[in-house]
Amino acid sequence: MVTSPPASATGGQSVGRPPFRHRNLLAISQLNPFEIVDLLDRAEAMIPISRQPRKILPTLAGKTQINLFFENSTRTQASFEIAGKRLGAQVTNMSVRTSSIAKGETLIDTAATLNAMQPDVIIVRHSASGAVELLSQKVGCAVINAGDGAHEHPTQALLDALTIRQHKGRLSGLTVAICGDIANSRVARSNLLLLGALQVRTRVVAPRTLLPRGIEALCSEVYTDMREGLAGADVVMMLRLQHERASGRMIPSIREYYHFYGLDAEKLGWAKPDVIVMHPGPMNRGVEIDPAIADGPYSVINEQVEMGVAVRMAVLDALLANSEIAA
Amino acid sequence: MTRPLVIANARIVDPASGLDAPGAVLVVDGRIAGVSAGAPQGVPEAAELLDARGLVVAPGLIDMRVFTGEPGHEYRETLASAGEAAAAGGVTSFVLMPDTTPVIDDGALVDFLLRRAQATCAVNVLPAAAITRGLRGEEITEFGLLKEAGAVCLTDGRESIQSAGLLRAVFSYARNFDLPVVHHTADRTLVGDGVMNEGTLATISGLKGIPAEAETVPLARDLQLAALTGARYHAAQISTGAAVDLVATAKRQTEAVSCGISINNLTLNENDVAPWRTFFKLAPPLRSEDDRRAVIEGLNSGAIDVIHSAHDPQDSEVKRRPFAEASDGAIGLETLLAAALRLVHSGDVPLMTVLRAMTSRPAGILGLDSGRLALGAPADIVVFDPEFPWVVRERELRSRSRNTAFEGARMQGAVLHTFVAGRRVFSHAAVNEGRTA
Repeated sequence: MVTSPPASATGGQSVGRPPFRHRNLLAISQLNPFEIVDLLDRAEAMIPISRQPRKILPTLAGKTQINLFFENSTRTQASFEIAGKRLGAQVTNMSVRTSSIAKGETLIDTAATLNAMQPDVIIVRHSASGAVELLSQKVGCAVINAGDGAHEHPTQALLDALTIRQHKGRLSGLTVAICGDIANSRVARSNLLLLGALQVRTRVVAPRTLLPRGIEALCSEVYTDMREGLAGADVVMMLRLQHERASGRMIPSIREYYHFYGLDAEKLGWAKPDVIVMHPGPMNRGVEIDPAIADGPYSVINEQVEMGVAVRMAVLDALLANSEIAA
Repeated sequence: MTRPLVIANARIVDPASGLDAPGAVLVVDGRIAGVSAGAPQGVPEAAELLDARGLVVAPGLIDMRVFTGEPGHEYRETLASAGEAAAAGGVTSFVLMPDTTPVIDDGALVDFLLRRAQATCAVNVLPAAAITRGLRGEEITEFGLLKEAGAVCLTDGRESIQSAGLLRAVFSYARNFDLPVVHHTADRTLVGDGVMNEGTLATISGLKGIPAEAETVPLARDLQLAALTGARYHAAQISTGAAVDLVATAKRQTEAVSCGISINNLTLNENDVAPWRTFFKLAPPLRSEDDRRAVIEGLNSGAIDVIHSAHDPQDSEVKRRPFAEASDGAIGLETLLAAALRLVHSGDVPLMTVLRAMTSRPAGILGLDSGRLALGAPADIVVFDPEFPWVVRERELRSRSRNTAFEGARMQGAVLHTFVAGRRVFSHAAVNEGRTA
């Protein structure tokens, strides 16, 4: 596949790619299909940087990046941190336990305080849907949503799409089955929006208690049976079950959930022979996925992690290059 | 003793008598001394004349659901500030919810509120007493003593009693004292973590939904228990078409059942929420447009008796938060009539029906002698221009809190004068500046 290097990698000169026209990345729903493909192309061009011995493309030299995580996430936080550092940014991590939120400060107070420190980009994860957008209204810098409640997780959807494209060479026309706790998943929502925008046939597969009302509006097909839902799928995307919360109310037991919805070799056999298996992590092995599948030949889960760094580098570069153009 | 007052050349709309005609209203000593078609008759000398050409004269509004912050949270609202907002909205009496700190669950507190209102509030305050101590839904309060102290009805305000057994006892015991029980129906387990109407919009926003059944399941229970006990039962605020059907069915069996609805659920829908606009986070939630059409039909058919403002002042500290973490509620006293006139101007509901739901019906349910332009009734009167155009600006509202669901809304119709017991408690700035009558 022919791709061009990121504009900023060539000194910000035009290489036929218009600047990214958003100040923030809050949701996939804010992007049109061209912008999604543009971000995927930019991310693809970032992949080699992480594979070379000197992993640095200092387009963000002198920039300040704050990772503000109100929910714990070692993986996503590390991914954003590494992405920023590979672009030369100064990265500060703030997690909820060390912040003043515990002292009763509101989200808006926190936003105002951080804003006064003149960061260039704040990456936010929060347990409440819409919290990141609320914070973005109160700061003068770029904001990236690293997951808000059950709403969106846009960089996850971008890295998933990039992983699929790397493997299948395309996105449109594929059939992707997203399985598990759809009701509580921001990953599912962002993926359905992104894949839907790029003409992918999207399916959700879950027990009825984990299917939110009106989900039909976001996907092509809804299934409650794994055999039907996985039949002919090019991609199977498993979601983490929040079993501490769901157990006893939404599902009777992990045993029953695994029996009907856990991805094992038999169920995977219903999908296409060249199927790939994805999971946003962290996995509950033996709950939603058989360890042998997670670590087996169909799994691209570790590649998702690698694509995550590339996507986050591309998003940071796109947003901050944009900020300079705007200035 | 104040001067007699004649409001002449008005369009008089009095739902209690069904009168909608040009005429005049005479007020003497704080009471209505005459209502006449055409030119005023028997006018005392030295009476003050208010020429109400082009204006509507109606009974002052009775708002059956108003929260303040007094006592306990005076920074949100006091009786005085709520009274100013009410007067500016044409509301001459409001039922005060017991959700204060402390909770109004004791006769002495009802007495305190009445004295405090007398001293500070421009309009009539009608205290509602808690059904259960501390609104905890466990032990019932002293209904008889509360009534003697001046409580007009029983309600647990924002809270909803979950136990059917307790409700049966409440309904039976309230009947002893002929007190209406006003109940917000919300099944706690069906509401769950829900924060807006259940459906596609909630799912897209990643917000937990509240199904219609969270309202209708306990409503069906309440209506059956009301039939069993013969209690005077008023469903405080319904929001769905299914609830309208339940109430309509129950009304075929008994006259002791009634229900109300917030003006918000009549004029707004779930689309106003999106995305994350916490001033539209209400309980019950704004529903679908289909539900809104159904409740308008319910108002027209008589299934819905009362329109109220659900005035609920919340400070920005608890409103400017992520949607799921923000408080429920919106202020509404000052915009109640203007918002209700939207239903009239859109052709959905006749003016008489809208006014009935804010005057004679609440008066009937609560057993008040106000809410009508009848000889001898208290001269609680609103004079409004049904066409006056204005834009709602939160900064200009009189409430101490700013959480209006109508910020920036274009209204057609404004209150020009409000009288409580014949005393003028509000005149519109346009009147004072001589721009209108």
